[in-house]
This record gives sequence, structure tokens and C-alpha cells, in this order.
Amino acid sequence: MNSARENRSPDAIESLRTEELMINMGPQHPSTHGVLRLVIRTDGELVSEAWPHIGYLHRSFEKIGESVNYNQVVPYTDRLDYLASMNNALAYCLAVERLAAIEVPLRAAYLRVIMAELNRIASHLVAFGTYALDLGAFTPFLYGFREREDILAIFEQASGARLLYHYPRIGGVARDIGPDTVQAIRRFITVMRAAWPEYNALLSNNAIFIKRTANVGIVPRAQAIAHGLTGPCLRGSGISYDVRKAHPYSHYEDFTFAIPVGEGKMGTLGDCWDRYWVRMVEILESLKIIEQALDGLPQGPFLAKLPRTVKVPAGEVYVPCENPRGELGFYLVAQGKPQAMRLKVRAPSFCNLSITNALARGVLVADVVAIIGSIDIVLGEVDR
Amino acid sequence: MMSPAEIHALLRTRFGAAIADFVQPSAGEPVLGIAPAALHDVCLFLRNTEETCFDFLRLITAVDWTDRFSSVYHLYSYNHYHSITLSVDLDRSNPCVCSVADIWPAANWHERESFDMMGIVYQGHPELSRILLPLDWEGHPLRKDYRAPEQYHGVKHE
Repeated sequence: MNSARENRSPDAIESLRTEELMINMGPQHPSTHGVLRLVIRTDGELVSEAWPHIGYLHRSFEKIGESVNYNQVVPYTDRLDYLASMNNALAYCLAVERLAAIEVPLRAAYLRVIMAELNRIASHLVAFGTYALDLGAFTPFLYGFREREDILAIFEQASGARLLYHYPRIGGVARDIGPDTVQAIRRFITVMRAAWPEYNALLSNNAIFIKRTANVGIVPRAQAIAHGLTGPCLRGSGISYDVRKAHPYSHYEDFTFAIPVGEGKMGTLGDCWDRYWVRMVEILESLKIIEQALDGLPQGPFLAKLPRTVKVPAGEVYVPCENPRGELGFYLVAQGKPQAMRLKVRAPSFCNLSITNALARGVLVADVVAIIGSIDIVLGEVDR
Repeated sequence: MMSPAEIHALLRTRFGAAIADFVQPSAGEPVLGIAPAALHDVCLFLRNTEETCFDFLRLITAVDWTDRFSSVYHLYSYNHYHSITLSVDLDRSNPCVCSVADIWPAANWHERESFDMMGIVYQGHPELSRILLPLDWEGHPLRKDYRAPEQYHGVKHE
């Protein structure tokens, strides 16, 4: 073998045929977080284009939303971003409530905040675990799922379900929580605070992990805004914007919390590590919110008194919410009928994913996996 | 921070009759009607003017009003924390409007989805093709007169 190479003249090497290679990644690829398909054009180990092909999970949510009553849409919203069902249902209920001018009892608003923040933590724990899996580390996944299990148990106690809760309802929440659930949540806060440094020792400060994520997939500020990134992807680029702060809903203005932003701590501002780190710090901020909400949890009804069929006047409204993956918005057009005339979802995963091709140009094939993982998509929401 | 009425007044002085009269709805949020021909200029103006500075395109979508379509634009400003909704009425037989993907790259996928689901043609879009549905799908499902096909490649639904 060696002798053959030595015998080859320089001319022969120059005349070697090179060509670009098209690689198909997915839809059944473990690092695509579901059924995302990427077609990648490579020049050797370098990527020149990466086209996401989506739609494999399309279940015509918006069409269904036009054919069933307002109340009946809520369980469907659970199935959009199925790792943050509480947040989805909350956003939808807020949209209907704003258009129909429905007052939500204070206790219900607080319960919604508690559940939404717990779900944010659960979602970030999955993001933490699967991101490590993508990059070849198995253990963090087990750690993340250990704490997530506690949250799912709390959700099961509150709503009866572990994944698709149908808990927030138009006008409030489905059920009240008892002292045992409050106690379980308080216990979880302690457990989570103790586990958080373990996560960092295991992954955040791991030298290999940093090498794989720092200075990779850098999104400058202006690009993040122009491409419509929201949530941790936007804040990872150093933009301090959070819907919960800028336009508080569900009484978020009652709580004190910080907006973590990327600082380029391990590499460059807006790289994969920054996006990852924003999620990690958000876990701590969510714990603060939950603690305050539990301390101030008012007594009273948990569901407003409403007719069986919600009356929504003609009009249109767009309500944004801060979901674990970014700004989830429901654009609702009503014509005074029992069903919506148009129900459009602004899905953060969909919008964030659209930057893929811009980020993938010129990176190594293995970095595409690191970039997709750092965007943290859920295909249920991308495809709707 | 500007209210929708103030933004409307600003656009009126700049673009005149291309901006429809301001209507404050009894429920929900106001929507500014824009003439299709002026849409691109209006968007560029809203993004580049310092007072409005709409740097974030939240969403583009389309609505089927059965007698017409409208293409709807939700804009937001990270500088001023204000938002606005623009709407362009389009002829039902030939729904066609210029793309704003050159102003906000985020528009690319939104316009593709709107084309896919509602059949709005965005002129000047870099790659206007279906995004969620298969490329050989027929029709645009979110239109009110859409009838679901009885079969797709031999797969029937009951």
C-alpha cells in the first residue's frame, strides 16, 4: 500500500477525481430528535449545504383547530411540542381568553405558572440529556431523566397524565392541587438544586463537551434576530429578551427572576455552548419562580365560571408566550362561531430550525449534529 | 413604543392611499390593511425607520375569508417592544404578493408554509416550494373549499 502511494507521481494525485457527496441524514437518525431529514452536500468532511426536509409528523393541527370547538382544541395543543404540553395549552388558553375577555382566577394563574415552569425544567432536562447523547455521552441523559421523573410524578398527581396533561383549560386549570402536591413540588426544588452542580460537573464543564460545542454554530446578534430565532437560541446570542418579562402574562410580573443570556464564556458569543448554558441557568430561574408562586399561592377558585361552549366574539388576536423553545404564538381569527375561523401556530421550533442551512455552511459533518442539537427542536411542533 | 394607531398615522403620511383606514375592533387587536403593491416598501420602511424599527418578523400566515385571501404579517421590535399586524387582501383567483424574504430571512419558511397550505404565491421568493406536505400533493388544505383526496399513492382513508 505504502509503496504504491510512493510510486504515484504528483501528476497522478492532481488528476484524482473529486466530487461533492450528498448525504441523507434521517428521518430515522437518532440525532435528529424525531423525524427530521437533512440532505447535506459535503466537500470531503466539510458541509457546503444542509437542507432540512420536514413534514413527516404533519397532523393538520390548524385544520382541526378550525373544525372543533374552542375547548376541544386544548388537548391537541398538548401534542404540538409534546415535551412542553403545559406551556402549549397555556398559550392557547391565553389567546382564547384574551379575545373573549375572560378573567382567570388568581389561583388558576399561579397554578398555571407553577406547571409551566415545572414543564420548562422538564423540557430543558430532556434537552440537556439528548444533547449529550447527540455528542456521544450517555450518562447525562440518565441524570436528566432522573429529575424529570420527579416532575412527571407531580404532573401525574395534578392532572392524571404523565406526558399529555390537558391541564390548563380555558378559564383556569382542570383541577386544584392539594397539600401533598405542594409538598412534592417543594421537595423537587431541593432535589433539583442539589443535582444542578452535578450536571455541570458531568457535562457543562467537561473538556470534550466544550470542544464539541464552543466556537461551533455561532449566531451573531443580528443574524439571530433576522432569522427569527427566539427563546434560548436568541438569548444565547446575547439578546436579553423574554416574553415573560417584556409582556408578562398569567401574572409573571409578580415574580422576580433573571433572564440568562449567552456571554461567550467558553468560546464565542452565540455558539452552541452558550445556547446550552442559557437552558441550564433557566432551570435555576424557573425554580425561583416556582418557589415564589408556591409561597404566594392565593386561595380561591381554580376555574372561572363559563358556559359549556365558550363564546368568542369576532376579531383577531396574536398572543405570544415564552415556551422552553422560544416564542410560541397563537394567532386566532374568530367570527363569533363556536369554532375558530383560523388558528395559526407560530411554532418556535419551526422558526428556529429555519436557520439550519445558514449555520451549517462550512462546518464539519459532525458539527451539524452539534448545531441541530443546540437548537433543540421538537418535530411535533415543527410539523404540527 | 408606538400604538397601532400611531404606526398607522405614520404610514398614512408616508404611503397615503396604499394604507387602509384605521379600524379599532371591538374585540382583539387592530390590523392594518395594506395595498399589495405597496407591501414591500411598507415593510422596508417599517424595518428601517428608527421610530418603528420592526427587526423581528414573528409570523407570516394567510387567512381564507372565502371571498378573498389575506396574507398576514406579524412584526415586532426588540428596540421598542411594540408590535403591529399587517394584512394584504389578495384576489381569490390569483393570490399573489411580493416576498419579503429579502427583508427578513425569517420570512423564507413562513412564506413557503403559507404557499403550501393556502396557495399564496410570493413573488421573488428564493425557493417557493411545499414545505410540510409532499411535493406532489394536490391542493392547499387550509383553503375553506379544500376537499381531502380520497387516496394518496394508493393509500385510502375511510
